[in-house]
Amino acid sequence: MNVLRGLAVLLVFQAIGETLAHALALPFPGPVIGMLLLIPALRVPRLCEPVKSAAEALLGHLSLLFIPVGVGVITHLDMISNYGARLLVVIVVSTWMGMAVTAVLLNILLRKATFSGTSE
Amino acid sequence: MNDFVQLWVYLASTPLFGLTATLVVYVVASAVYERFARAPWANPVLWSVVILGILLLATHTAYPVYFAGAQFIHVLLGPAVVALAWPLWQRRAELRRRGVALTIAALVGGSSAAGASVALGWAIGLPGDVLRSLAPKSVTSPVAMGIAERIGGVPALAAVFAIVTGIVGALSAKYLFNSLRINSWAVRGFALGTTSHGIGAARALQVDAEAGAYAGIALGLQVLFASLLLPLAFLLF
Repeated sequence: MNVLRGLAVLLVFQAIGETLAHALALPFPGPVIGMLLLIPALRVPRLCEPVKSAAEALLGHLSLLFIPVGVGVITHLDMISNYGARLLVVIVVSTWMGMAVTAVLLNILLRKATFSGTSE
Repeated sequence: MNDFVQLWVYLASTPLFGLTATLVVYVVASAVYERFARAPWANPVLWSVVILGILLLATHTAYPVYFAGAQFIHVLLGPAVVALAWPLWQRRAELRRRGVALTIAALVGGSSAAGASVALGWAIGLPGDVLRSLAPKSVTSPVAMGIAERIGGVPALAAVFAIVTGIVGALSAKYLFNSLRINSWAVRGFALGTTSHGIGAARALQVDAEAGAYAGIALGLQVLFASLLLPLAFLLF
C-alpha cells in the first residue's frame, strides 16, 4: 500500500512540475521541477515514508524503464549503417573523457576538502 | 499453421504484446546478469534492447505497435525522475557539505562529455542535426529528447544516443576507474552518473549503495545544468 501511496505522491509532484513548466515556460522538464519541489516536502513524515517505498521500487528497476525507448533504435537502422561505427567511436571516446574528467576532478576536490579540515 | 499466424497477428497488434515481451525479456536478461555475477558485459538493458530489436525485426512488427504496449513501462520514467528526490534527501547533510565540489565536477565533467561529442562528431563530418542530437547524450533519455528538440536535433535520435551512452558507461566504468585508481565509491558513482545518467545510476546502484546515491545526485545535476546550459551554448553558435 505504501508503494501505491508513494507512487501517487510522485505523480502528483510530476503533475505540479509539468503544470509549472508549461504555465511559466520554464527551461526544465516537468519531472525535474517535481523532484526539486519534492525534496523539501520530504520533511513531512507522512510523505516521506510512502515516497521511500515507491522510490526504492522504481529506482531498483530503473534499467527496465529505458528499454522501450532503447528498442526505438530499430527505426534508425539506415542511419546506423551509414554512420554507425563512427558514431560509436564518438560516443565511446566522449563518454570516457567525461567520466575521467569528472572522476579525477572530484577526487582532487574532495581530498582537498578533507586535508583542509573544513568539511570531513 | 494458418490459425497460428492469425493468432500471432492478433496478439502482436494488441498492447499486451509490447508490455509482455518487454517484461519477460528483461526478467530473463536480469536473471542472466545475476548468474554472471553482474559482469558489466551482461548488462540487462543492452541485451534486452538487442533481443527485443531482433524479435521485432524478425516478426515484422512495427515499432509503434510494440510501443503501444511498452509505453506503460515508459511512462514510469517521469515518476522515477521525481523519485530521485529520495536519495538526494537521504544524503542532504553530505550534499550540503560537498555541494560546491559536486557542482564544479558536474559542470566541468558534463560540459567535457557534451563538448567532446560535438567536437569529435564535427571533426568526422557528422551532419548538423545529428550533432545537435548528440549534445544532450549524457542526460537521461526523456530529458535528452526535450533538449534535442529545443536545440534543433532529432528527439528520437537523442534518446537512442543517450541509451547507447548509458550502456557504454555502464559497461566500461569499472575498467576506466580502476585504471585511473579511483577507489572512492562516491566519486566512481558520481562520475558514472554524470556521463551515463539513469543507466549508469542503475549499474552503480547494483554495485554499491553509496555509488548509486551519488550517481543519482549526478544524474539530477546533469538534468538541471544541461536543460539550462545546452540551449544557451547552441544559441552562441
